[in-house]
Order: sequence, then C-alpha cells, then structure tokens
Amino acid sequence: MFEFFTQLADFLAYNLLQLDPQTHLAEAVHFFIEDTTKIFFLLTTLMLLVGFLRSWVSPEKVRQWLDGKPKLLAYFLAVTLGAITPFCSCSSIPLFIAFLSSGIPLGVTMAFLITSPMVNEVAAILFGEAIGWTFTLAYLATGMVTGMVGGALIDLLKVERWVEPFVFQATVSAIDQEELKVSMQRRFYYAWEETSDILKRVWLYVLIGVGLGAGIHGYVPQEWFIAHAGADNLFAVPLAVILAVPLYSNVTGVVPVADVLIAKGLPVGTTLAFIMSTVAISLPELVILRKVLRPQMLVLFVLYLAIAFVLVGYGFNWLF
Amino acid sequence: MKKVEVFGTGCKKCITTQEMIRSEAQQLSIEIELIKVDDPLEIVSRGIMSTPAVMVDGKLMHKGGLPKRQEISQWLKEN
Repeated sequence: MFEFFTQLADFLAYNLLQLDPQTHLAEAVHFFIEDTTKIFFLLTTLMLLVGFLRSWVSPEKVRQWLDGKPKLLAYFLAVTLGAITPFCSCSSIPLFIAFLSSGIPLGVTMAFLITSPMVNEVAAILFGEAIGWTFTLAYLATGMVTGMVGGALIDLLKVERWVEPFVFQATVSAIDQEELKVSMQRRFYYAWEETSDILKRVWLYVLIGVGLGAGIHGYVPQEWFIAHAGADNLFAVPLAVILAVPLYSNVTGVVPVADVLIAKGLPVGTTLAFIMSTVAISLPELVILRKVLRPQMLVLFVLYLAIAFVLVGYGFNWLF
Repeated sequence: MKKVEVFGTGCKKCITTQEMIRSEAQQLSIEIELIKVDDPLEIVSRGIMSTPAVMVDGKLMHKGGLPKRQEISQWLKEN
C-alpha cells in the first residue's frame, strides 16, 4: 500500500544523491526519506478525517453520556471516550471541575484524564503501519486498562480529600446548555485547524525522531540493545520509564523512535513502557493538574502510572 | 455596546482568541466591552467545558478552538 514511499526514497537516495546502497549512509538517508514522507502523509490524511469525525464528540457530551451510569460501565465508557476525545490541556481543568461537581465519581473522571493523553488514534494507526498491529493492540489495551484500573483504585482509596475543596463548590445549573449549531463548513475548518496545529507542534519531533532513528538504523548495530537492554536485563524496564519522565512528547512524535528501537532489538514491553511514560507523565500536565489536585494526589498519580508502566513492560516482554 | 466574553484558563489559544476579537473590533470601529474570564469555577458555572469559548451579550457563540475572523466580524456586526 505504501510502496510509493519506498520508491520515492529509492529514487532520491540512490539516483538523485547517487549513494551506494551498500553503505550505512545510504541506508540511513533512505530510511529518513521513506519514513518522513510516509509519516507526514499518514498524519495529514488521518488527522483531517479524525478531526472531522471528532467534531461530533465534545467534553460536554462525554459528561452527559457518563452521567448516572453504573460504575463498571462508567470506567469503561470513560476510557473509551478518553481514547477518542482529545482536549486541549487548558480545557482539562474546567472539564475536571464540571465532571466532579455534576456528580461523576473522581475515579471515573481520573480514568478519563489518564487515558486521554495516552491513547491517540493517529498514533495507533502509525504504530500499526510502522511496527505491526499486535503492537497497536498492546498499546490500546495498555492505555485503556491503565485508565480503568487507576480510576477504580482512586475510588477504592477514597482520596476525594486530595482534591482542592473549591472544585466541589462549582454550580453546574447551566451545564446542560443546548449544543451550538455547527455547520459542516465549520466542522471541516475545525479538522483543518486541528491538523495544522498538530503538524506545527510535532513536525520537528518527527524529523528529530526519524533522524535519530535513521542514525541508529544505519550505524548502531542490532546487538547493542540486545546486549545492554534485552529482556533478561531486569533494570531495563524501570530505567526506560524513569528516563522517559523528563522527555515530553506528543505520542505521534515517539512513533518513529519506537519503530527503530524495536527494529534494533529493544524488547516490545520495554519500548511500550518507554512510550507510555513519555506521553503520560509530563511536567506541564502536572503543573496544570496541581490547580485542582493536592500534591499527595499528584504523587499518587505519578507513582501509579510509573508502577503500571513497569508492570506493562515486564508483562509484554514476557508475552512476546 | 456589545459585551464580549472570552473564556479560557490561560492557554495560548485563549489569548490569541482575545487578541483576534480586539483587533477585529478595532478594524470595524465597533466599540465593545471585552472581558477575559479565566476563573475555572466561573467558566464551568457558565456551562462551558471546552475552551477557548466566546459569549456575546451572554449568548454562547463558539467553543473549543480558535474562531475564524469572519465569524468574529459577524458576531460583532449583527444586532
């Protein structure tokens, strides 16, 4: 389906630049051209489509759908909706307050907030294309199960006292306002705006990611990762999780890096743990959440995610 | 004079929205009262969850992203 990009890379690397296909340099350049063109093509078309469809799902509607559902169903709905609804990080505070003060349990709200940044349908499709659909399934399952278990745990621990009290004082009388009438044209514009917005944000990550990947691809021998970070090295998974915390990236930016790490023999579980930690635990997000959550809750949040990702890493290393 | 409220917790898009409205009003020489609402409690109590959102004279015109210039001038012009 994507031979075009291989042919394009063949042409540019071997014919136009006259590189000898046998060399590391040619391999790296070829990889870079093929992957960047393919990724930007996929990203643009998919995001336009997804953005358009998504204009029918708003946080307001999600709240209505979650309202009054039995708990187990609510966790599941929350992570499913979290997976398909992205929201600007600046919306997460009003969203959090509106959910809680309209009676949606803290755990269900947190399940939504945990899964939302982790699962991204664009990344899911890119993973499938770059690494394989089993990896995509593992990725989706990890994001959703981490959210559900996290939410259930938070409800079980009854940590409402770790939410800033002002949150519960919100009045939500006006919350079920009638939906705005949105024209088709507006929905297309919304999709276009979102696509260009994400592209502007991630293009550099993608280039650096693929560039890094290309560098490793052509030069670092496969044995390096197997020798240093193979499945039998018990420290590799926790180390991957910790290393990823200061790294903060949109999930689409880490796809090419993951692709190369796996191709070079880094175990699937370790790679997945690294990706999840990169996208889900981020300092900017913690700063925003601090407005509504007490520090104890933030510590619980980060600890839970870190432990979950380490377990995910070991689990998938063992499975694959 | 129209009262235009921009709702947002302080992200870049909210500030851009506010600036767009200010400059559009200036260009059309329409005097408006431009208010930035950044208290999350008030945002929620007005029924808004996706920011930036825009209300003109208390009526919700837009939410969850940047508005278009054309839309802004429409809100400002219509009575």
